Amino acid sequence: MTGTQSPLRARLDRSNRIAGEASGQPTLRQRLRAQGYDGTTLLTVPAVGFLLLLFVYPFLYGLLLSFNPKAGGILANYARFFSDPFLYETISKTLWLAVPVTLLNLVLAVPVALRVRAMRYQRVLTTILVIPMTLGTVLIAQGLLNYLGPQGWFNRTLLTLGIIDAPVKLIHNYWGVFLSLLITGFPFAFLLTLSYVTGIDRNLERAAAMLGAGSWQRFQRILMPLILPGLAITFCLSFVQAFAVFPSAVLLGSPAGPTRVISIAAYQAAFEEYDYSMASAVAMVMGAVQLLVVGCILGARGLLYRGSTAGAKG
Amino acid sequence: MIKNTSLAARLWNTVVWAFIGFFVINLLAMIASVLTSSFATRWLGTWLPSAFTTRWYGSAWSEFQLTEVLTVTFQAVFLVVLFSALLGVPAAYALARREFKAKRLVMLLFLLPLLIPPITFGIPLATVLYQTGFAGSLTGVVLANLVPTVPFVVLVMVPFVEQIDPRIEAAARVFGASTPQLFFRVLLPLLVPGILAALLLVLVRTIAMFELTFLVAGPTSQTLVVALYYAVFAAGVRAVQSIDAMAVIYMVTTLVWLIIALRFVNPTQLVGRSNEQAAH
Repeated sequence: MTGTQSPLRARLDRSNRIAGEASGQPTLRQRLRAQGYDGTTLLTVPAVGFLLLLFVYPFLYGLLLSFNPKAGGILANYARFFSDPFLYETISKTLWLAVPVTLLNLVLAVPVALRVRAMRYQRVLTTILVIPMTLGTVLIAQGLLNYLGPQGWFNRTLLTLGIIDAPVKLIHNYWGVFLSLLITGFPFAFLLTLSYVTGIDRNLERAAAMLGAGSWQRFQRILMPLILPGLAITFCLSFVQAFAVFPSAVLLGSPAGPTRVISIAAYQAAFEEYDYSMASAVAMVMGAVQLLVVGCILGARGLLYRGSTAGAKG
Repeated sequence: MIKNTSLAARLWNTVVWAFIGFFVINLLAMIASVLTSSFATRWLGTWLPSAFTTRWYGSAWSEFQLTEVLTVTFQAVFLVVLFSALLGVPAAYALARREFKAKRLVMLLFLLPLLIPPITFGIPLATVLYQTGFAGSLTGVVLANLVPTVPFVVLVMVPFVEQIDPRIEAAARVFGASTPQLFFRVLLPLLVPGILAALLLVLVRTIAMFELTFLVAGPTSQTLVVALYYAVFAAGVRAVQSIDAMAVIYMVTTLVWLIIALRFVNPTQLVGRSNEQAAH
């Protein structure tokens, strides 16, 4: 910036600055610099501007739009949502999918992460587990349609082993969506949990073992309190992903019945009824439910131990 | 490692390993069933198809207009990668090097698009893009996809920039480097590994990004994953093997880049958030 200034201007600037320093009043630029704002800080402007324009603005616009319905008063969209069982039941249906699957993912992720932490070739397993997350829900849906169908390998194996007499119906119902959320959600929960678990100093457990704690006691008294705050975050992130389930609820579930999740309601309002105002209202309700659950979990997390997971010296 | 050789401990170990094995076997079998079906002539009521063929790939290619779809996919992905680097890397540099008052707020702004699921913010975003006329075109697809990728690049790059010693830059200045010289001769070479890793992850995520592309894409701006969704959605119109062939093409496209990416980054980085969360 200084490069474009004329020498006279620069000299004036400098004398101003000296005068400012002498009188104890820093110039604006100095004050800004003292707070960390200078040419380098300006590099954030393009990215921040982009997000303000395409993330914050649409969100606020959607919020306003939801109070500006096609017909009726300000709250007409919300009144319609909470009076039509076809719409308000999507909340309970989505929660009925998202909460159990998230809890199961977490319950499975903790022992697996604790086991894998001790492994030498972690990378092979983490690589395999990254695959379903990378492929995404659409491909998983198509794969599970093949694999879990009445003629698929899964049912065929169970029939051959004599575990079942007739094929189990696992697609186009609740369980299809549940299993797809398990396949994409478990690796996610596992990788996050693993990153917390590897941060815990092994000496804490060694010390507990030396003092005579058994493995269950070590888990209960040492590990669990240390990973619970991390687990709360993992729960929030996994829950929010599961709550927004969309493609697999359409492809693998019964989108008119038990897996008519809230994102289907929002999508139908926007792209089948072309009622963007209603769609924004549904999206806001969806965001509010997510925020509520996350808020409760984070509130409870505040009561937990927060501190170093590294052992103290000696 | 504390060795515990009691029966209960060994039993528990077995249970955990059995679960891992069960999960991985089912995952691989699911992928294998798509692969097998795509090469099957006819597959009904048997363990394996009666005969194998490659003709479904040809028919999927023409039925689903994959030449156009793949062209759009790679154009969109290339533009998303380019612009998320141009917007994200400078911001990451500034956030790593400067402490300023609004920094926490800015970091929150970068964190939110990654924490909020795309379908939640995608619907208002799509509404705005439809009203401004960007939706339904490649521009709209790129703009929508940039919303989560720019913050992703920022959050991956900040810790990377932080571990580069600022005294290196100071030394270059002392020896009289101008800003462009400092950038091209000193900073860029040091940043390249981090940028490469971040952009490969952006690439993989963008190929697989369904929701945002689905909400804003028009008939001529569908990416591969959206085309696959429509094919599965309209199952019954086309032979299932044909859809599976397309699914395999999609899998190969994604996994090739994933394998390249995994040469440079740790798989846990794909979750993309572990660092910030660990730091609370």
